[in-house]
Parts: sequence; structure tokens; C-alpha cells
Amino acid sequence: MTEIIVVTSGKGGVGKTTTSASLSVGLARRGKKVAVIDFDIGLRNLDLIMGCERRVVYDFVNVIQGDCTLRQALIKDKRIETLFVLAASQTRDKDALSPEGVRRVLDELAADGFDYVICDSPAGIEKGAHLAMYFADRAVVVVNPEVSSVRDSDRILGLLASKTQRAEQGNGGVKEHLLLTRYSPRRVATGEMMSVNDVKEILGLDVIGVVPESTDVLSASNAGVPVILNEASDASRAYDDAVARLLGESLPLRFIDEQKKGFFARLFGG
Amino acid sequence: MGLLALFRRSPPTASVAKERLRIIVAQERSARGGPDYLPLLRRELLEVIKKYVNVDPEAVQVNLEREDGHEVLELSVALPGAKPPATPAAPAT
Repeated sequence: MTEIIVVTSGKGGVGKTTTSASLSVGLARRGKKVAVIDFDIGLRNLDLIMGCERRVVYDFVNVIQGDCTLRQALIKDKRIETLFVLAASQTRDKDALSPEGVRRVLDELAADGFDYVICDSPAGIEKGAHLAMYFADRAVVVVNPEVSSVRDSDRILGLLASKTQRAEQGNGGVKEHLLLTRYSPRRVATGEMMSVNDVKEILGLDVIGVVPESTDVLSASNAGVPVILNEASDASRAYDDAVARLLGESLPLRFIDEQKKGFFARLFGG
Repeated sequence: MGLLALFRRSPPTASVAKERLRIIVAQERSARGGPDYLPLLRRELLEVIKKYVNVDPEAVQVNLEREDGHEVLELSVALPGAKPPATPAAPAT
């Protein structure tokens, strides 16, 4: 049984691709067979974050248009045996993606024995975002504790509840989760930033992960190594917890309380 | 950071954000799934009312309520400067 998970947000720049990369690595290194697909046609980026940009020969649109087989287009990750990347094409023709084509690719992945397909949605609510969510069983809605991101997430929740195959078939709809990124416990403590509970209360959804604001995220994308692989980083542990929760474990949220600094550390800006 | 940060505090604005979002999200959710003509209907009603009374744009509320089997279009217009209802005159005896 293949589970299709869309990583979406509405707003751009909140961490969809970073999240898609880390969740797929996390699932794959727990032994799951995972494919992660970039739906951002025209603005390919997942390949960079995954560090396989120089190995892209064929892309998602090539597969849909029959220029190559799915197997030829799937890029096998060099770190984890069971992880595969399907890159977005750089074509400017957004209509290159069709619902039938996407369905065919997803069906073939299911027939190939993939446990999870992670669909990395583009920002916005246009065709690419719509197709990324349409076949999903679950959605991870990435949100920053910031007004425009929260509002856009709610818009996306509305679309998940109406414009998806599961919603149309009326079989329970898409299971939705929130994942907060760029969370700063210090700013929450001083009342400058909305807390996990504030966001949870406004959107009325369960939280599958809270990733603290971290300089490691930029270093990870610089290097093309998903941040979850940087074991020393809090962001890595937070993503790994989110993976465990996706798999049904119940873990308490970490990194949501301020780490108290000593007097001298504060004095000298440590 | 450092010494100055001990004394500098930006004003806590998270609660303002939360309150604004609570209202706008509730408003957008209630419009969701409803017919697309509601915002236009609201705007045109406002134009008509404004010919006669100088009402605030916020004063016209249009809601579509779904009850089992039928829909109710509910209009609510708050008129400006309405005096509190006068106490009813004592019934003539």
C-alpha cells in the first residue's frame, strides 16, 4: 500500500522543499521505499536541496510525455538505498502536467512497491499546487508562525477539503497535519511570535512537528545535504521526530521552550 | 546582542497577530464553499444602501446559512447613529 503525502503551504519560502527533502530522507532511512517528486514545474529546486542536480537527465514531464520510462527518470539517492528523486522539468509550459499523467506516474510507483510518495508542492494555488495535492492521502501543511503564512495555510486547508480526489470521493478526505518551521522559542517567550498553540488553535489541526529556526538549514541547502542528515542539529532532531509521528509514534514536541542562557552568556551575546 | 539586549524589548505583538488571524480566518471560512456571488452581492447592496444612508462598509453582513434541506440568505445592516430603542410608552388605560 503506497501512501501519498503532499507537502504544501500556499505561501512561498516557508520551507516546503526543505521539509520534503528531510521527511523523505527520514522515512527512507527507516527502511521505507520513498520517491520524492518536485511539482514546481519551471522552477526546479528539490534536486539542489537533495544534492543530485548534476544527475538529472530526465524529469517528471519527460515521463508524462513518454520521452523516457519512469525508471530512467528516477534518480537514486547516493546516501540511502531506498530513496529516489523525480525532478521537475525546467520547461515554461505549466500545462505539461496533466491529471492523467500524474495519476499514471503515481500508479506506476505504487506498482513498483514504493511505500511513500512525497509530493513537493509549488507555492500558490495554481495548477502545480492543485495537482500536487489532488491524489494525496495525507497533507503536511508547512507554516511559519507569521500572519500571512497562517492565513495562506488556511486557504490551502480549504482546497484540501474540496479540490482533492479523496474529498470528491467523500472517503474521509485528506488527513492533514501542521508542521511549523522557523520557530523561535525565545521570541515566543517574549510575546513577539505566535506560539505552537496559537497556530494550532487558529487552524484547528494537529501539529506533526516544530522545527526551530536554525542556521543549519541554510548550510544544509548550500551543501545539498538535507538538514535531517546533520545529526548535531536541532532541526534534524525535530524533522526526525516528525517522521516518527508520521509513522504513528507519539512523541512530545521538543525545541518549543526557550533554552535559558546564563547571565554571562546573555551579557556577552553568547 | 549582548549588553543592550538585556534592556531592549520589542513590544509583544503575537497576541495582536493571533486575534487578527482568528477573525479573518473565521470570516474566510464562513465564505468558503458558499456561492461566488456573495462578495459582489454584498458590495452592490452596500452601494444601494449608501444612496440613502451613509453606512460603514463593515455594516453590511451577508451570510448564507445551510440548514437541513434549505439555505437561508441572511442580510444584516447596522445603521449609523441609531438611538437605543425608546422605552415603550406606557399603555393607555
